[in-house]
Amino acid sequence: MRLEYFQLIDRIIDLKLADRKISAETTVPNTSTIFEGHFPGFPLMPGVLLIEAMAQTSGWLVVAANRFERMPFLAAVKDAKLRMFVTPGHKLSVEADLVHEGSGYAITQARILFDGKPICDATLTLRVLDFPNAEMKLRMREAASRVGFPGEVLPNG
Amino acid sequence: MSSTFDTIANIIAETCDIPRDSIKPESHAINDLGIDSLDFLDIAFAIDKAFGIKLPLEQWTQEVNDGKATTDQYFVLKNLSARIDELVAAKGT
Repeated sequence: MRLEYFQLIDRIIDLKLADRKISAETTVPNTSTIFEGHFPGFPLMPGVLLIEAMAQTSGWLVVAANRFERMPFLAAVKDAKLRMFVTPGHKLSVEADLVHEGSGYAITQARILFDGKPICDATLTLRVLDFPNAEMKLRMREAASRVGFPGEVLPNG
Repeated sequence: MSSTFDTIANIIAETCDIPRDSIKPESHAINDLGIDSLDFLDIAFAIDKAFGIKLPLEQWTQEVNDGKATTDQYFVLKNLSARIDELVAAKGT
């Protein structure tokens, strides 16, 4: 997890398109400027960034479902629950299920676990659009390689 | 068994917190009921689930943007009901 670069996911562990499921892992860094403000003397992973971690994990699943031809953008967060504090050093599992693929949107159910215990969950709506430009698509391909996006889902390997 | 219109009117009432009795077959989802595109995604999701279809929102939007259709054809609720009935019928063939 590189908070300052908004890289919330370290690695995709499993992505099963047939089951419409993804799981990823990520570790909260021990130090970050974010913890200087959130909170002084009591560093906590911000809940909004946990939601972003679920959105990024959901996003990779939706990217895969669209064979990397279209890009998901977070549009709505519903029933978000932040169940416990997450502190520096926590190793987290992030999971998402693709609940529905609509025309131009997708719905996922996402959750984060620590030591098998649920620490947050939400239902996410993502708009699914064409990539706005070629550079973004290229950069997303690079990000995909970084997180171990399965090669068989990528067009042309 | 409720009609297609009743089903979508109930979905709209529940999803957008609009009084059910103000939702008429002649109501335009956008112009009369004030539903925006994000709220319409919730409605589309509920309709997709209720009828086992996939509303072709992107195709409809493209047709409207290209001047090949009007929003009335898809977003006046009696017309939306007819489109849903067509999609349900097509699913069965």
